[in-house]
Amino acid sequence: MRPLPELTAESSAFWTGGERGDLMIAFCDACARAIHPPQVVCPTCLSRSVTARAVAGTGTVYTCTVNHQPWVPDMQVPFAIAVVDVDGAPGIRVTAPVTGGDPAAVRIGQRMAIRFEPADGVWLPLWHRLGHDPDGEGA
Amino acid sequence: MAMAKATITGTGMSDIGRNTHRPAMHHLAEATERALARAGLTLADIDGLCTYPGKADNSPGMSPLGTGEVRGALGLQTRWHCAVPDGPAQMAPIMVAAMAVMTGQARHVLCFRALTESSSQGVGRRASVAGAGKAQIGGWLSWLVPVGAMSAANWAGWMATRYFHEFGMTRDHLGMVATGQRAFALANPAAVMRKPLTLEDYHAARMISDPLGLFDCDVPIDGAAVVIVSAADAAADCRLPPLRIEAMGSALRSSESWDQRPDLTTMGAHDAAADLWARTDFKPGNADVLALYDGFSIFVPLWLEALGFCGHGEAKDFITAGNIGPGGRFPVNTGGGQLSGGRLHGFGLLHEACLQLWGEADGRQVADARTAVCGMGGGFIAGAMLLNRD
Repeated sequence: MRPLPELTAESSAFWTGGERGDLMIAFCDACARAIHPPQVVCPTCLSRSVTARAVAGTGTVYTCTVNHQPWVPDMQVPFAIAVVDVDGAPGIRVTAPVTGGDPAAVRIGQRMAIRFEPADGVWLPLWHRLGHDPDGEGA
Repeated sequence: MAMAKATITGTGMSDIGRNTHRPAMHHLAEATERALARAGLTLADIDGLCTYPGKADNSPGMSPLGTGEVRGALGLQTRWHCAVPDGPAQMAPIMVAAMAVMTGQARHVLCFRALTESSSQGVGRRASVAGAGKAQIGGWLSWLVPVGAMSAANWAGWMATRYFHEFGMTRDHLGMVATGQRAFALANPAAVMRKPLTLEDYHAARMISDPLGLFDCDVPIDGAAVVIVSAADAAADCRLPPLRIEAMGSALRSSESWDQRPDLTTMGAHDAAADLWARTDFKPGNADVLALYDGFSIFVPLWLEALGFCGHGEAKDFITAGNIGPGGRFPVNTGGGQLSGGRLHGFGLLHEACLQLWGEADGRQVADARTAVCGMGGGFIAGAMLLNRD
């Protein structure tokens, strides 16, 4: 079984925004810096006024890997994991598995869109290639 | 006034192996006896104790022994003891011990690392996977494990993908790292992987996390290693010439994360290594042997660049030119490294570098090796150290 994230004051908005389909990123209210992983203090200006806001839920692959090893018994392999530069949140990346199509077809620079799957009170992010069927087979 | 620099006066490694089913404390006692014998010290001389991370269940068999149990089992009466769960990880206890002996907290500090990851995997608990078997996970791991990136092979894999993309490295280059270290292991009776490995074997092995295959990953083992850190004046008590810790570096300029560092073709190693060179007049060209963290093969070229042995993006040419293997100008991980020798979380690599400086590396000895550069860790974990024998 894959462990789920602990919900904290910092992280709850990120892990529950998926219930509404929203990718929630923390921003400093004072200096507008995006902060990820989220914190309750801005590391630029030390403001304690930090608010999670929905961003577009799209981005560009910065890097990726295709995992072939079943690390736990119920893990279906292979699957791609993408580290994605998130639109509307400068300097922020969100890492998640990629669904739809051949995992080996995921490349740096591809445009991605997010959706979420529920898992026991949290919503885990999943990327898919923009314009491709997130549940599709083949290339 | 500058304080006299700390030294390393003895190291020892247990008989390491896979599925030994020996208690971790047996491995540790064996490594301790060997380190004491090499140093010419007895247990009564040991007045300090330090380890990373302390007793922990981050993953099965990753750290079965803490300072409390080891003090008890070895009957130590210490003036100073400490475990270091944060900081530059693999190298942290050596660094903290060096600071302890320089400030007079202890004279001879026994630093240890013990692992039983192989046996833990053998009894059905998956080793090397953080948080395995837990329902929930927190901290920096919570941004990796729940999104399918359960293994450091995934995190190192996506670093390799980016590096390949920017600089044209291929699996052939990583294969040269793996086969070169295996060639060293063939000359090291203590290494766990002692069959020859060809580039064809490397390419034929199964993929783990693209572009990293089986032989790009280090080998989980059971074993222990001990490094004795001594005060400069205390080193006169010892049998071997002291290895002076000429400089240390553990700077970190990015966050505790495997995916947010702005340039993932660099890692914490680059910050720590720059700080190392800022603290010494030595230059990379002074190095005779290198001990570079090879939890995954991709870390070796990154450490080479971090330490300035070649420029950013040039490691593939540096490796292809034959610099790092047997007979090379800058031999890396001459005992086989963790890829072929087994994973002792940097302590095994440091032990090997010390053997080289003492001239005790037998069939793989680098002639008149006097200066070693050590770089430990991957991702945001990094510590660098320069050792010199006068």
